[in-house]
Amino acid sequence: MKAQLIRQAFYKSVPVMAGYLVLGMGFGILLRNAGYGVVWAAAMSLFIYAGSMQYVGVGLLAGGASVLTTAVTTFMVNARHLFYSISMIDKYKGAGKYKPYLIFALTDETYSLLCGAKAPEEADSGLFCFLVSLFNHGYWVAGSVMGSLLGTALPFSTAGIEFSMTALFVASFTEQWITAKDHLPAITGLLCTLLCLLVFGRDSFLVPAMLLITLVLALLRGRKEGAK
Amino acid sequence: MRSAVLIAVMSAVTIALRALPFIVFKRQTPPWVANLGRVLPPAIIGMLVVYCLKDVSLSARPFGLPEAAAVACVAGVQALKRNSLLSILAGTALYMTLIQLAL
Repeated sequence: MKAQLIRQAFYKSVPVMAGYLVLGMGFGILLRNAGYGVVWAAAMSLFIYAGSMQYVGVGLLAGGASVLTTAVTTFMVNARHLFYSISMIDKYKGAGKYKPYLIFALTDETYSLLCGAKAPEEADSGLFCFLVSLFNHGYWVAGSVMGSLLGTALPFSTAGIEFSMTALFVASFTEQWITAKDHLPAITGLLCTLLCLLVFGRDSFLVPAMLLITLVLALLRGRKEGAK
Repeated sequence: MRSAVLIAVMSAVTIALRALPFIVFKRQTPPWVANLGRVLPPAIIGMLVVYCLKDVSLSARPFGLPEAAAVACVAGVQALKRNSLLSILAGTALYMTLIQLAL
């Protein structure tokens, strides 16, 4: 029973594996080139566990940033996690002892796997989510360590494998589109983000996009209730 | 030492952001938050799709064609087979083939 749950959680996590190993290796290589070895790579991936923030973090470490700059940058880059957490409040309600780790490990990819996921048995939901999160965390740490140790000495071209992350989100999007009755939230997400990308540019559109999405979704709900 | 402090700061801020909503809405989830929790996931996934594709240039070769083909492949396989592992593998393999052959 438990072995079966572990297998199912592993199967669920496989789409993230390639992406995390590759992105983790990219991070390990980058950090090594900045003068920080394998222990630093492992520590950052264990304790921060936020992909894009760790890439930004390499620059902060190498540039000798101040504590305040580091804190503010982390806040800006990771503010989107507030929204992931808001939509997982209900899902993680009964997770009990697994909850602290589930909250800590709620990355973009883990969120995308778990926000629509159903555990094989309702009672196992907490453990199932915990296992998926743990597998993903493992891939990320393993990738970082491998990147730091192996560097660029890979025997084959992995050019383009980073697309697996995009593919993961496209697959989640498609699946949610098929199962949802109301497509307005999905359309809102796409259009608001495109608009903010055009207005704010590619380096700083994420936070405005989240705020705009939240605002529009709140207004849509208000309008719907007014119509009732 | 200084680097260890910076890593601790990054870790602490990230954890705080992830934990804050759970702490603030621990007792009872207000209706508007519960509603956001329902409608945000598809919107955020849509946002992440755009985020992943933000560096694609439509005005220079190859005009985003590998990305467009691979995205269509993932969506198509997913719609037909409803298996995300399969659709991700298919789309990624197609993308890698396209960009490695075209260079």
